[in-house]
Amino acid sequence: MAHDTVLAAGFADPARDAARAFRLCLNAMARPGTLQDVAPIAAPAPLSAAAATVLLTLADSTTPLFIGTSHDTPEVRAWIAFHTGAPLVDRAQAVFAVGSWAALGPTEAFAQGTAEYPDRSTTLIVERSALTPANARLTGPGIQHAHELRLPDPAAFQANAALFPLGVDFYFTAGTQLAALPRTTKVEAL
Amino acid sequence: MTDQAYNFAYLDEATKRMIRRALLKGLAIPGYQVPFASREMPMPYGWGTGGVQVTAACLTPEDTLKVIDQGADDTTNAVSIRKFFERTADVATTEATAEATVIQTRHRIPEVPLTEGQILVYQVPIPEPLRFLEPRESETRKMHALSEYGLMHVKLYEDIARHGAIATSYAYPVQVEGHYVMDPSPIPKFDNPKLGDNAAIQLFGAGREQRIYALPPYTRVVSLDFEDHPFEPTKADHSCDLCGAGDTYLDEVITDDQGSRMFVCSDTNYCVTRQAEAEAGAAQ
Ligand SMILES: [Zn+2]
Repeated sequence: MAHDTVLAAGFADPARDAARAFRLCLNAMARPGTLQDVAPIAAPAPLSAAAATVLLTLADSTTPLFIGTSHDTPEVRAWIAFHTGAPLVDRAQAVFAVGSWAALGPTEAFAQGTAEYPDRSTTLIVERSALTPANARLTGPGIQHAHELRLPDPAAFQANAALFPLGVDFYFTAGTQLAALPRTTKVEAL
Repeated sequence: MTDQAYNFAYLDEATKRMIRRALLKGLAIPGYQVPFASREMPMPYGWGTGGVQVTAACLTPEDTLKVIDQGADDTTNAVSIRKFFERTADVATTEATAEATVIQTRHRIPEVPLTEGQILVYQVPIPEPLRFLEPRESETRKMHALSEYGLMHVKLYEDIARHGAIATSYAYPVQVEGHYVMDPSPIPKFDNPKLGDNAAIQLFGAGREQRIYALPPYTRVVSLDFEDHPFEPTKADHSCDLCGAGDTYLDEVITDDQGSRMFVCSDTNYCVTRQAEAEAGAAQ
């Protein structure tokens, strides 16, 4: 059963499905706080379809991955190994990280980029039970007036934004829903 | 039909993932140049291989692609790139700006305002705006990190001292969200005001120099200037001789060997559409 999930899941038409999924990832990051709907995909629990889609689209053997304890099961490890080949590492070495907000822990433990290469920072995929109702108001690049989103801890994102141009970037995932929050977004609690 | 000899949109999946990751970091740090490992493309560097790679990494089968070169859809360069993606990605193509979902461009921003469903991909020859002041990459990286742009201002001010105005008319540098100074590619400075607060996603690819950068929609983009010499998005002081538009960027065209000349919109699709509308109006 677990074995079947590992082998059966993934993109049915890898190049085209990855292209469509990337467009959602791109739109999410370009327009912080907007909700994107990914196509349903079978992934081992507790990995959501949206988190699985981000990993299938962006992760591979060149992108070390941190798995939070919330998601660190043999099935999830096997699925990630089979479909992405991403090596599993500690927080500080991770290009991507996936898990619940609590399991990922303080974001300062992840790579924040350097002054000359601020892009060398972790992208966190934060699994959530829901992306609504909103508890934060977002402004900044990508946002014409203001967007709203449900965030685990608005103050943590204010601290991250204060590090600009350093800092980490976030995807939030719940079921098939996807949203993003780059380091440039200013967050106010509602 | 897609040519089965190629992967979708030509590039292999590992390369597309690498470019996609760079594009996302580019959007997260607007105006910052993200290094990427540029691939050989089946066309010369001068043909915008950076833009082609960005387009290849972004296209979905459902997209409608427009390709323009200096505002025109029908140059050899634009036609070749359009054909390349028709063959390798089986995407629909168009010359109508409003119908396109992805627009690859060299040297212009279309006259018709872009919308939220659109992505504009720029072909960039030299991504580093500080390169002519400082050839060392290690130094320009430091200058960007510290927002140390005094030398750039000195250069622009020397223009004023020498010419009475800022002479730079293409690739006029901009500052993004009060931090990174960015080269907008060799668009005329007439187009600079469209970089900021644009509804579309703007992506920049430099193939030979292996850099990707980006502007999310509605980003604050300011052309560098001085209080006593404010930025002016100038154009030829004429109207288009074909469609009569007085607010578009014009090319000066020599029409015969006697040296006769006329001014026409550089955005050919915009010009042709206006001419057709005028004709339809006259026929009624
Ligand atoms: Zn015209």
